[in-house]
Amino acid sequence: MSLEIAYFAWVRERMGVADETVDLPANVTHVGALVAWLAARDARGEIAFAEPQRIRAAIDGMMMGLDAPLAGAREVALFPPVTGG
Amino acid sequence: MIRVAVQPAAIDIAAELDLHDAGGHGASASFIGRVRGDGDLTELFLDHHPVMTAAGLADLAHAAADRWQLSALTLIHRVGAMMPGETIVFVLTSSPHRAEALAACEFLIDRLKTDVMLWKRETFAGGQIRWVEPRESDETRAEKWTR
Repeated sequence: MSLEIAYFAWVRERMGVADETVDLPANVTHVGALVAWLAARDARGEIAFAEPQRIRAAIDGMMMGLDAPLAGAREVALFPPVTGG
Repeated sequence: MIRVAVQPAAIDIAAELDLHDAGGHGASASFIGRVRGDGDLTELFLDHHPVMTAAGLADLAHAAADRWQLSALTLIHRVGAMMPGETIVFVLTSSPHRAEALAACEFLIDRLKTDVMLWKRETFAGGQIRWVEPRESDETRAEKWTR
């Protein structure tokens, strides 16, 4: 499955790119598995996703938990907890 | 009137107040968040999502308008680079009654801090750069509004 991923804040800085398109292995079926897959893929991912409990996600514009399924998703955003205001 | 904006430009508070003054509302409450200049901070940068940040602010504005009797609501957040003293966020709520305006204003800023896609990055005089960590006290304040 082809998936767009967008990164924000320090996740983007550690990944070195703002977004990318990936071909997902069939066994990556939910957001948490995507985070684990990115962490195992290369050194950048290992640094960016070393603490998965600090990662938040949105699927196609909706905030989602790490247990959310990826089926039907076009774009996943991965980012740290928000700090606006 | 519900007015929501995400903008790199400085917030013109006087102009925003004028929009509420013109409505003849009985009571207005406001919150202004500014860049603190402590600890040799030279720049605060606000990262945001091109779509979801504005959508998140709009969701909060509509939630406030559903919950309280408001005649006008303004919610503006700056993004990009800012200097100490500059306004980051402006909340203005108007209502026939002060209690509604005050409660809605507090709700908006409390929930904005935990629900809307915005991230602060600080740069200091010595060149150090750090992303701001979320605070547990912000989470506690936001949670009280779910009751």
